[in-house]
Amino acid sequence: MTLLDVENLWVKFPSRHGVFDAVRGVSFTLGKERLGIVGESGSGKSLTGRAILKLIRPPGIMTADRISLEGDDLMPKSERDMQAVRGQRISMVMQDPKFSLNPVMTIGEQIMEAYQLHNAVGKKAAFAKAVEMLEAVSIRDAPRVMRAYPHEMSGGMGQRIMIAMMLIPNPQILIADEPTSALDVSVQRQVLDIMDNLVKERGMGLIFISHDLNLVADFCDRVLIMYAGRIVEVCDADKLREAKHPYTQGLLNSLPRLDEPCARLQVLKRDPAWSEAPSVSGRI
Amino acid sequence: MSMISVENLDVWFGRGRDRVDAVKGASFAVKRGESFGLVGESGSGKSTILRAIMGLAPDWSGQITVDGKAISGRREKGFYKQVQMVFQDPYASLHPRHSVDQVLGETLLLHGFTDIDDRVVKLLDDVGLGGKFRFRYPHQLSGGQRQRVAIARALAAEPEILLLDEPTSALDVSVQAEILNLLADLRVEHGLTYVMVSHDLSVVGHMCDQLAVMKDGEIVEIMAVDALRAMKAVHPYSQHLLEASV
Ligand SMILES: Nc1ncnc2c1ncn2[C@@H]1O[C@H](COP(=O)(O)OP(=O)(O)OP(=O)(O)O)[C@@H](O)[C@H]1O
Ligand SMILES: Nc1ncnc2c1ncn2[C@@H]1O[C@H](COP(=O)(O)OP(=O)(O)OP(=O)(O)O)[C@@H](O)[C@H]1O
Ligand SMILES: [Mg+2]
Ligand SMILES: [Mg+2]
Repeated sequence: MTLLDVENLWVKFPSRHGVFDAVRGVSFTLGKERLGIVGESGSGKSLTGRAILKLIRPPGIMTADRISLEGDDLMPKSERDMQAVRGQRISMVMQDPKFSLNPVMTIGEQIMEAYQLHNAVGKKAAFAKAVEMLEAVSIRDAPRVMRAYPHEMSGGMGQRIMIAMMLIPNPQILIADEPTSALDVSVQRQVLDIMDNLVKERGMGLIFISHDLNLVADFCDRVLIMYAGRIVEVCDADKLREAKHPYTQGLLNSLPRLDEPCARLQVLKRDPAWSEAPSVSGRI
Repeated sequence: MSMISVENLDVWFGRGRDRVDAVKGASFAVKRGESFGLVGESGSGKSTILRAIMGLAPDWSGQITVDGKAISGRREKGFYKQVQMVFQDPYASLHPRHSVDQVLGETLLLHGFTDIDDRVVKLLDDVGLGGKFRFRYPHQLSGGQRQRVAIARALAAEPEILLLDEPTSALDVSVQAEILNLLADLRVEHGLTYVMVSHDLSVVGHMCDQLAVMKDGEIVEIMAVDALRAMKAVHPYSQHLLEASV
């Protein structure tokens, strides 16, 4: 079943030197699946995620023929209505986790506040729930972390706290922007398992933005590969390593490998034709 | 002689029930021109070790020696010309209202350079950004672009030692390859010494000669990169880490 249907999404930034098209007519659907978005830095992955929530700040402009959430078009919605969508129905874990936390509130206060906003429970129950959630994302000393401030957290702890918070409202869709980029492999596995369970058990749709091709190949169901604001290839995640587009091939070849040491890593040789080809549709 | 030596380093934060012993009895040494990796569990104290070397950890004990000089208390002015750090969190480390040009220009000025204009252009080229990003502000950059500005800023001082905290974890693989190649070239050309934190063992394998594996504030194992490639770890945690990453 289709949860989200995005058609012809554009994000533009007018500047003195003309208009910069950061996202150029992207279309895709999301079902109860794990949809990966990969692509080089600056290809428009984060902006695509933010645009779904209509979080493009002026002077940026976004347009789309439609962004429909279970048949309900978000494009005509007012900012006020969007606030109900954000958090409640679609959650997003931003790429800069610590930046999204309030620096002057303790981690505990923030999680409890978010939890109580969505659940009619007292302080005590909210506290217990918050500790439970931190432990679920493998935070070792949850009681201490509850009393701590964001700047006292390590990079990976910040990421895990954000993930815990975004799951509180039990969203239909989670957009996770590089959610595990600072995590060691074993903690990463635990965080992925949590997201995986939500997709399988609660039928959540997951948009997983990452530059880690191996991770996306193993974890996701389907992958959109973005280049210069467009989708250049769509494939099943388990076929990612056999992807055909020279850009995708180039990305795969630039990975360092433990089993094959080399003096220099391969870098991409970009072909102008890649950015001229029309966007491939990721709709099914 | 070691370029960096850390002996019996303890670093702690807070007090009473909020005390965290972030680093416990860590020791390692890095020779001039060598590249040393720090890997391990999230929250195990990797960033804290780098911050302690930079003088950014208020409470610590043990001995830190850089280029033969024991360091303690406030760092001398010359220290930051010799040692630079790329922070894990590029957003937090860039001032939101300073353009890329201001960030790099001011850093260059601070380190006494005069040919600022040429150097800003060169730095942006080196990290693969180019001139069109020069007058942008942090919020106008993607995550990977911000990280490259942070790397350019660290390179601006032409340091001898670079402390790199997850320098490429925000970067896509092709830019990662460009940056790692650049760092490798700089190391050869200028004999730089690196300490590099990464959760990606293949990145550490590519860049480093030796690495320390950390867990819960302690260095549980120091191994040569050949042992890493051969998957020959001794400590159970390092074995687990190696197995989980293939
Ligand atoms: N406010 C803005 N003004 C102008 N350009 C912007 C703005 N925000 C983003 N951009 C540009 O839009 C492009 C796409 O940005 P986006 O953040 O979506 O990239 P990304 O694919 O997420 O990259 P990364 O992997 O580095 O995070 C980039 O070239 C970026 O510089
Ligand atoms: N300023 C601080 N105040 C209190 N505790 C802190 C502070 N900075 C770090 N810590 C604590 O020290 C421990 C080690 O943190 P550190 O940032 O060194 O971990 P790390 O190994 O770099 O982890 P990651 O891979 O997640 O970045 C963590 O428990 C963290 O909460
Ligand atoms: Mg991004
Ligand atoms: Mg860290």
